[in-house]
Amino acid sequence: MMQSFLALVRRDLGLAVREGGAVGTALGFYLIVVTMLPLGLGPDLKQLGRIAPGMLWIALLLAALLSLARIFESDDEDGSLDVLATGSLPLEAVAAAKSLAHWISTGIPLTLLAPLLGLLLNLDLDAYLPLVATMLVGTPAISFLGAVGAALTLKARRGGLLIALLVLPLFIPTLIFGISAVTSIMLDTGGSRAAFLILSAISLGSLVIGPIASAAALRLQLQ
Amino acid sequence: MQTQTITQKLANPTFFMNLSAKILPWLSSFAAILIIYGLTLGFATPPDYQQGQTVKIMFIHVPAAWLSMMAYGLIAVSSFGLLVFRHPLADVSAKAAAPIGAVFTLIALVTGSLWGKPTWGTYWQWDARMTSVLILFFLYLGLMALRSSIEEESLASKLTAVLALTGIVILPVIKFSVNWWNTLHQPAGVLKGGLDPVFLKPLLFSAVGFSLLFFALHMKGMRNEIIRRRVKARQLKEVDRAARAHGVEA
Repeated sequence: MMQSFLALVRRDLGLAVREGGAVGTALGFYLIVVTMLPLGLGPDLKQLGRIAPGMLWIALLLAALLSLARIFESDDEDGSLDVLATGSLPLEAVAAAKSLAHWISTGIPLTLLAPLLGLLLNLDLDAYLPLVATMLVGTPAISFLGAVGAALTLKARRGGLLIALLVLPLFIPTLIFGISAVTSIMLDTGGSRAAFLILSAISLGSLVIGPIASAAALRLQLQ
Repeated sequence: MQTQTITQKLANPTFFMNLSAKILPWLSSFAAILIIYGLTLGFATPPDYQQGQTVKIMFIHVPAAWLSMMAYGLIAVSSFGLLVFRHPLADVSAKAAAPIGAVFTLIALVTGSLWGKPTWGTYWQWDARMTSVLILFFLYLGLMALRSSIEEESLASKLTAVLALTGIVILPVIKFSVNWWNTLHQPAGVLKGGLDPVFLKPLLFSAVGFSLLFFALHMKGMRNEIIRRRVKARQLKEVDRAARAHGVEA
């Protein structure tokens, strides 16, 4: 089972790399949103520095959102999802493998881009390490809970827009604790460790909830 | 027949239609009487020494806020009933409850905001409770949007049920995180003796009245949904018959 799980992750990663485009689009979107922010808020570096962690997190959420629909869509279109569903791997594991591949192909690149964008927003020097750490720990929740939205809207009309409405509320805890872990270090208010641990707990919880709910949604549609 | 529980009997839509036809007039009248009594009593209360007359918004705001949460609970229970027990009425119940719950949530938000203006000096305060209710409103919108965007009805019901159950699992986490994020709102104090009995009595009457109103609307909504499905089934039958009459195999 582990072997087929890893094979599926490898296959999805291979597809993401060879298709190109999708990951690049998410990164480009992240870059352009962060560039638009000072244009909208004014070039005051002090103010930008203060709101930088929040802005980087929100822009990352939006960039990740763009690529969520892709998790199941292309496999549904060419029928490979049906093959996967009839295979030996339980659908929960299929959903988990595809979410994991999404995290590696989108969550990690976006996280690695974040510190670079932090330079544009005059992010506090002390905040770089916590920012990257919280994003690394928090982005799995985006991929695994986002997969639920992707699975639910597989057969829906205007699925892309719908995903945003369905999953953004589910991302709120990740957003809140991700930002609060970073800002409490920046402002030296304490409580950063607690926020970081809760963020990890949320991610671990979504590793369980996400695949179960995604698999339930997929099973209903593949019947 | 004797051994059937009430939930099993309710699986028969005709049984539900007959039962609800008998209950509904009573439920609606009791709701109307209690709401009118509770609100009249509420408007006769003396003005609060701090908030003045605006405290009277509470008699609508608090029941609406309570029902906004109860309706989501009802949707979650119905969704569970649909996915696990395949109860035919559970889906009708979940579908009917969503718009009513959304409207109560909106009422809670609007009255809260109108109350906030004279009390806090602003229509919107990003405090923990208002924010959670707003997020709850988004969850309702998501449920309705998902249902309306999937053509096949039975699939739409089941997928919406999956979303509702995912939502109820994550809802406490959202609530907890929003609380962590900010707490400005005064803590819930209805039953902790924080509220004067002068206000408590009308509040309880209006809360029970609005709850009955919710159940009456929900029951009416379920009846409408069942009738809608019957009409649809009949139309399809009619189309089928007409097609056969013209020698076309349907």
